[in-house]
Amino acid sequence: MTPDEQNLIRRRQRGRALVLALLLGGLVLLIFGISIAKIQLGMQH
Amino acid sequence: MTLAAPLLPPADWRDFLALTKPRVMTLVVFTGLCGMLAAPVPIHPVLGFTAILCIALGAGAAGALNQWYEADIDAVMRRTQKRPLPAGRMDRQAALHFGVGLSAFSVLLMGLAINVVAAAILAVSILFYVLVYTVWLKRRTPQNIVIGGAAGAFPPLIGWAAATGEVGLLPFLLFLLVFLWTPPHFWALALFVKIDYANAGVPMLPVVAGERVTRTQIGLYTIPMSIAAIAPWPLGLTGPIYGWTASLTTAVFALLALQVATRTTGTDDRMRPEKQLFRYSILYLFVIFGALVADRWIIA
Repeated sequence: MTPDEQNLIRRRQRGRALVLALLLGGLVLLIFGISIAKIQLGMQH
Repeated sequence: MTLAAPLLPPADWRDFLALTKPRVMTLVVFTGLCGMLAAPVPIHPVLGFTAILCIALGAGAAGALNQWYEADIDAVMRRTQKRPLPAGRMDRQAALHFGVGLSAFSVLLMGLAINVVAAAILAVSILFYVLVYTVWLKRRTPQNIVIGGAAGAFPPLIGWAAATGEVGLLPFLLFLLVFLWTPPHFWALALFVKIDYANAGVPMLPVVAGERVTRTQIGLYTIPMSIAAIAPWPLGLTGPIYGWTASLTTAVFALLALQVATRTTGTDDRMRPEKQLFRYSILYLFVIFGALVADRWIIA
């Protein structure tokens, strides 16, 4: 494997890891928001 | 000893995004959102956002599975040969795993956070698009997009079900509108990319039955589509904002379709009326669904 190919693989791995981290962070916030919304709706009933 | 297949470097995250067909998703998300906003029951903003996210993820997953299955067709069509799989930027198995995982996630999230009815319709729409349209119909019959069009018609139904937990007459008419809109929309496109479809062996109507039949069918499908578009107004399901907008925009659609239906392709034809109908049909759906929401919110 040439150094260029190794660099490409590393760059893509870093990009994917970053996007995945952001998505997981977003999912945590979303589930927190859903929980709060459900609690609010439960309190109204 | 066997020779190992050349290993692809891991796909870029942008290729995974491209796999979800973001441009197609725009219309799906918009019609889903409008179906939800037109419902008589308000939905909590966070839950509404979640429902739309699930519709988007479900549509993206179906798009990814479609590209996984159709990589061979995409490779010979000019319009699609730059997609991640035919361009060799992604491993097929990665696309399959991504599509299946995203489908399951979108349906589960919809079921757990919103309601079972919306989740069930979402699951049916994904399965319909992948199994009925992509795997079964697309390569077998020129009626592929007529029946397969149902898959794209589900989002307003899902949006409505997310807000109300049930399905009524208005969302059914919206489903019918998108279902009947699909043939004129896709056949207008098929008329000017006919060679691409023929090369790929996809039996689109212009390839199998010829241009004359396709043009007639575009005209014929426009009639029930127009009725479905305007029907909510006389039935008392919407007000005059929707009624007038639907009437006017549908009249323009019908005129463009009539123009396409009655003409014959000449030599050196640039297919302008067909391109015009295709572009207008997208705008039409945006405007008519936008008017539905405006009607509901202004009257409310």
